[in-house]
Amino acid sequence: MLKDQDRIFKNLYGLHSWQLPAARARGAWDGTKEMIARGHDAIIEEVKASGLRGRGGAGFPTGLKWSFMPKEDPRPSYLAVNADESEPGTCKDREIMHHDPHLLIEGSMLAAFAMRAHVAYVYIRGEFIAEREILEAAIEEAYEAKLVGKNNVHGWDFDIHVHHGAGAYICGEETALLESLEGKKGQPRLKPPFPANCGLYGAPTTVNNVETIASVPDIMRRGATWFAGLGKPNNTGTKLYCISGHVNEPCTVEEEMGIPLRELLERYAGGVRGGWDNLLAVIPGGSSVPCLSAADCADVTMDFDALKALGTGLGTAGVIVMDKSTDIIRAISRLAYFYKHESCGQCTPCREGTGWMWRVLERMAAGNAQKHEIDMLFEVTKQVEGHTICALGDAAAWPIQGLIKNFRHVIEERIDAGAAEPIPASVPEAAE
Amino acid sequence: MPKLIIDGNEHDFPDGITLIQACGLVGVEIPRFCFHERLSIAGNCRMCLVEVVGMPKPIASCAMSVNDLRPGPDGTPPTINTKSETTRRAQEGTMEFLLVNHPLDCPICDQGGECDLQDQAMAYGFNAGRFKDNKRAVEDKYLGPLIKTSMTRCIHCTRCVRFMTEVAGVPELGLIGRGEDAEITTYLEHGIHSNLSANIVDLCPVGALTSKPYAFQARPWELAKTPSIDVMDAVGSSIRVDSRGKEVLRILPRINDAVNEEWISDKARHVWDGLRTQRLDRPYLRKDGKLAPCTWDEAFAAIANRIKSAGAEKFGTIAGDLAAAEEMFALKTLADELGSPNIDCRQDGSKFDPTLGRATYLFNATIGGIEDADAVLLVGCDPRVEAPVLNSRILKRWKQLSGKLPVGLVGADVDLTYPYQRLGAGPETLLEIAKGGHDFAKTLKDAKKPMVILGPAACARSDGYDILTVGAKIATEIGAITDEWNGFSVLHAAAGRVAGLDLGLVPGDKGLGTADMIAAAGKGDLEVLYLLGADEIDMSDVGKAFVIYQGSHGDKGANRADVILPGAAYTEKEGTYVNTEGRAQMTARAIFPPGEAREDWTILKHLSNALGKPLPFETLQELRSKMYAAAPQLAQLDALEKADPSPIAKLASHAAKPGSDPFGLSMDDYYLSNPIARASAIMASLSAMLADAGKATGTDG
Repeated sequence: MLKDQDRIFKNLYGLHSWQLPAARARGAWDGTKEMIARGHDAIIEEVKASGLRGRGGAGFPTGLKWSFMPKEDPRPSYLAVNADESEPGTCKDREIMHHDPHLLIEGSMLAAFAMRAHVAYVYIRGEFIAEREILEAAIEEAYEAKLVGKNNVHGWDFDIHVHHGAGAYICGEETALLESLEGKKGQPRLKPPFPANCGLYGAPTTVNNVETIASVPDIMRRGATWFAGLGKPNNTGTKLYCISGHVNEPCTVEEEMGIPLRELLERYAGGVRGGWDNLLAVIPGGSSVPCLSAADCADVTMDFDALKALGTGLGTAGVIVMDKSTDIIRAISRLAYFYKHESCGQCTPCREGTGWMWRVLERMAAGNAQKHEIDMLFEVTKQVEGHTICALGDAAAWPIQGLIKNFRHVIEERIDAGAAEPIPASVPEAAE
Repeated sequence: MPKLIIDGNEHDFPDGITLIQACGLVGVEIPRFCFHERLSIAGNCRMCLVEVVGMPKPIASCAMSVNDLRPGPDGTPPTINTKSETTRRAQEGTMEFLLVNHPLDCPICDQGGECDLQDQAMAYGFNAGRFKDNKRAVEDKYLGPLIKTSMTRCIHCTRCVRFMTEVAGVPELGLIGRGEDAEITTYLEHGIHSNLSANIVDLCPVGALTSKPYAFQARPWELAKTPSIDVMDAVGSSIRVDSRGKEVLRILPRINDAVNEEWISDKARHVWDGLRTQRLDRPYLRKDGKLAPCTWDEAFAAIANRIKSAGAEKFGTIAGDLAAAEEMFALKTLADELGSPNIDCRQDGSKFDPTLGRATYLFNATIGGIEDADAVLLVGCDPRVEAPVLNSRILKRWKQLSGKLPVGLVGADVDLTYPYQRLGAGPETLLEIAKGGHDFAKTLKDAKKPMVILGPAACARSDGYDILTVGAKIATEIGAITDEWNGFSVLHAAAGRVAGLDLGLVPGDKGLGTADMIAAAGKGDLEVLYLLGADEIDMSDVGKAFVIYQGSHGDKGANRADVILPGAAYTEKEGTYVNTEGRAQMTARAIFPPGEAREDWTILKHLSNALGKPLPFETLQELRSKMYAAAPQLAQLDALEKADPSPIAKLASHAAKPGSDPFGLSMDDYYLSNPIARASAIMASLSAMLADAGKATGTDG
């Protein structure tokens, strides 16, 4: 269990003020000048040594990502902070911006300095009105205190801008985010070129998640060894877990990487509704990853590698708990509808595949399907996965694959029941 | 030189190309919808996915550069398998998705038989679809009178959007909505305001955008396809004339990188309905003030009588904009035989002098050369209407230089689709640039390959010769003429003009030019006027002169004529046309002329017999061999020989005192600029749409 002194997000629940004096009292902006004095590469090395992996879902080593930024380039470099937190089941960045915005601002300053950028953009989700207002007020405070801006006390000119999105899930994809920042329609770009080579306005850019950036100041203050000492090898540090669904006390909580799922649910979320034996399935990393059956949940730990070994992923650590009252087909069908609705429409497999998968699932949920369609649906998910420009296609395919792998018998039973008692199910219209 | 192994064979490839192009180079076909070599890469159809060994996922070969692939761990070159199971599954999967919401209406779709989706579904698709739910239906959009939409068929490849934005320079098409509700639209439901718009019909890989005038006319396999040359402007675009029986059903572009790439203007493409209407299909003779049908012999006899009674001095000939070199040569020979010096091919009144040398009236920089230019001065020129395809080349160059191509314009304020600096309205500004006093003169001087483009509005005026001289002065002054570059470029708007100048169809010693002939006719000093397809002159000014009109369409000239000799249009004869660069090209006969109409040179041959001065050739081959002797460059078909630039310096040394009138516009209405276009209902509807632009929207009425 994480000790209190090891917490990075000390005001996660908003019990104290988010404003600068209080944030300073909690340690923010302490020794930032000395950290910057250590130089660009020292910060990158420290972050590399800490083993910090991206908290936005993919888990790419942050220090390594930063080291891809060109060291000498006539173009300006940019940091883009991805605050477009729209993954269903995830509510961690929101808490950081709402209650501890100065950690994000300080982290942005350090990250931007490390990759020789003078400007950072925070792309904030359209629905986050209060968070944007607080973040903007905090940035205002930082400017007034000369912590950021031109000729600030840290000796590295740094401007930070907040850009409010319009509420499209796809704008959380890093290249769609850059397109949207540039004022274009949020559609992912082809890679290569990667943003570190050709990103915002054609200049080198790194896109990082809010939690990743907000973790950096504490890593720098307390040292890579401290951070690397938490969690498990290759899955170091602390992580915000967002627990929702059929638990007694849904919450967001900071814990070490690699905490057992069962301990996480029982210690912090008051346990599964109706007891552990009432558990049906858990989606461990936001809606985009395949679900785990109750049997798998018993002793899995919450980290990148352990979950990957079970065919799912840590994702954003948005833990969605479903007890036995859940209609799992209906639940996954609702997720499929979400991806159909949020597909940008640019590339074929996702544009056409998400709608197809959703329609088949709707019929399956109603029992109005054929058993051979289960295999066909699985094949369709495989035809979408890995064939699209961005990862939204994969994200749409994986939950359905998880459903078929773990709950095939439920679908078959539903189809049998539907066949025994045919109901005139309405077929969704194409234009719906 | 990156090395790749494609399907087991190792090859070297040039830098900077993409995998799909590399595969094409070695004869391996990769299916594609969104990829087009002349448009930016979208990578969105996902049809071109191929397996690259070592990559976790199949790669979109249209978007991956051959330079971006790394060799394997043991040093083997990157390996691409286009026939493997992974590739096949990826392509089949994409094809199935494309067909999920594509209607199965091939039997009633005009794209049938030339549909990429149809062809590739045969080659790369499953044998049956598995999608059992309802298909999507999308409302059709209004894109003007040329483009018929059937948006349910759209596969969202965005070729049309990219073409309109990148090549036509008119970003009026876009993709709105998201996911499976995404739609291609003009946003505001108006016709597209571009004279290159119909090219998106060719680009559309499915039947979403088809040709509205051609709708349900024919299947592609029924059509005879004749490669030919367009004469709607002086670019000389390569076209293919598709005909069935005695009718031209459509005109499509052919690829010609030196001239039109693979685009043609809407006028070139859709003028074909004008080839059917208002046709002169028999000779007419004016009797008692009324035109009455007659026989060829009666017509020739009437002409011979009048010419003989008037005498050669009072006989004048004007060749029109669409005349081919063959008939102009016959006309010139006839005029010479008769001893008449009154001949002109410049019915717009331009002042080119072929005796100076070819370089003074050609687009010396060449159309392909625009892609080398690094500064452009346009003088009295609106290339967007005078040569739409050429204008898109300038736009292409502007984009190549990331918008850093300085373009200056002296003349009327027009929309060229790329930004330019308007330097002034008339010759004063031009003189200032020639003196080097103007800021833009320095820009031109600093450029390595500057261009000076003189348009019809600059040359077709009474002081046209002075303007041309000032243009030549500027070109020499800024160093536009070097050993490997000649930036002095004259942009013609008439397809027949350069051949006419090459053949010397300008007034001889003491001869009269177009304007003088008309004035003399008005005064009665010129008694017989022979118009070879010349319709752009004011017929009310020719007084009581006996007018002979030889041409294909009943237009202004035929209305005024005393004798009408029906000729052939450009799709009905083999005619040599020289484009504005000086490139000789030949049209081909796709159909026969209607009724009694004949190929134009034979009419002149018969007339010469009636006059008792038979032309010295019996066949087209004989005519051509004589013509080639007179103008050898016409024999160099499709080739382009650079003209000797020295006459430009000579021209520049002349004194020039241009007037002060500002340059106007060369055309009142782009869509109605020649007799064929004026006979076309499609052109009329486009003209009406243009006139209404901004006034009405698609929701009106």
